Amino acid sequence: MTNATRPRLATIWLDGCSGCHMSLLDMDERLIDIASVADIVFSPTVDTKEFPENVDVTLMEGAIGSDEDVEKARKIRSRTKILVSMGDCALTANVVSMRNLFTVEDVLARAYDEPGSGNVPEPRPGESRAPKRYVPKLQTKARPVHEVVEVDYFLPGCPPPADAIHYTITELLAGRAPDPSHLTRFGR
Amino acid sequence: MTHKSIPTPDSFTLRIDGTDVVAQVGQSILEVAQDHNIGIPTLCYLEGLTPWGGCRLCLVEIKGSGRLLPACSTLATEDMDVTTTSPRIERYRRTIVELLFSERNHICAVCVSNGNCELQTLAQEMGVTHVHVPYRYPTLLVDSSHDGFRLDHNRCVMCTRCVRVCEEIEGAATKGVGGRGIDSMIINDLNEPWGESDTCTSCGKCVSVCPTGALTEKGTTFADMAKRRERRELLPYLTQTREGRR
Ligand code: SF4
Ligand code: SF4
Ligand code: SF4
Ligand code: FES
Repeated sequence: MTNATRPRLATIWLDGCSGCHMSLLDMDERLIDIASVADIVFSPTVDTKEFPENVDVTLMEGAIGSDEDVEKARKIRSRTKILVSMGDCALTANVVSMRNLFTVEDVLARAYDEPGSGNVPEPRPGESRAPKRYVPKLQTKARPVHEVVEVDYFLPGCPPPADAIHYTITELLAGRAPDPSHLTRFGR
Repeated sequence: MTHKSIPTPDSFTLRIDGTDVVAQVGQSILEVAQDHNIGIPTLCYLEGLTPWGGCRLCLVEIKGSGRLLPACSTLATEDMDVTTTSPRIERYRRTIVELLFSERNHICAVCVSNGNCELQTLAQEMGVTHVHVPYRYPTLLVDSSHDGFRLDHNRCVMCTRCVRVCEEIEGAATKGVGGRGIDSMIINDLNEPWGESDTCTSCGKCVSVCPTGALTEKGTTFADMAKRRERRELLPYLTQTREGRR
């Protein structure tokens, strides 16, 4: 049920593994409690295609790895009152940053051209099989979200435990400033 | 311990966080604070090893001194007025932790010390949830040449605990510091692969004292790393034995 006065929640998955969203789903029946007081207006778990205007709280999973991530993060920031970086990839670039020790060309060659790197068509001689269209262009380095847009709250953990996510959401919905450090930390 | 409260000829009083406390001559501010259950964060300090004063996490304010001083390597003196926590100190400490994360490659999710790491714990205790400076992403090597142990420079915070335990307790002096400033590295002997060291006795003390995932036993998992903490309690005992022999 949508209601103009209910808080509008969103979640988004950028350069991450979806583990934070799995942890979010681990809130189990508490999801129903949240859904009974707030509208989830955008998320990998709902069908909306375009990120809506006037969102109250967005939880952002994943680092900023591609040009598309930058665009999405900027758009979401401009449409969200409170932006939460959710999980170590959003906070530190975490596992995604392991590619930062290499050039983008080397990373793409490893993924698309080296033996055993995937089930894609044979390259023409001297040509990389890395996609030139459709797949978002990688930035030189994967970066934490707060290096690209302003972030209001930080929720560490890989992934943050369901209790920490639940605490953060319910505190924000109650109009309080969450400090989840008693429930989670970097890593596990 | 008698020196906690009863003044003796070797004792004197000073103030820590507004409370009068009794100290013994020769004690550092940190030791006095610990005797009175006043918590000061530390990283390079380890009981039983000579204080190094390198990490600066234990910085405290001393009335009359404009500079912050490291509690682990500053002697307590009579009538000193010490403050162990203030917004300024906390800002410095948080910045130090952030710089440690940004200097090398800390990826907790894939680190063998995940969950048993003193750097992680410090970050949690100080509320460091993100780093304000750009990460350096240096290209660093992992030395796996030793049969039993591994040195991963990506996770090292240059606390030099390994250097001190190897020299002061094992007496091998295999470990040292090479390079300068931000390029400093832990080295074995004259910067040889660890496995080729003539001096290393393979005692594993360096691995026991390492606060992070930089020194590990080969084949260890997260669960095994928890055991390290127990082994570390060996060190004060070892120092006492060493002193008894003198
Ligand atoms: S050494 Fe500690 S802080 Fe660094 S990656 Fe490993 S667990 Fe994380
Ligand atoms: S194993 Fe023992 S001897 Fe070898 S480097 Fe470590 S502390 Fe020194
Ligand atoms: S290897 Fe471990 S004990 Fe040695 S300096 Fe680095 S972090 Fe400290
Ligand atoms: S603990 Fe005092 S400087 Fe490191």
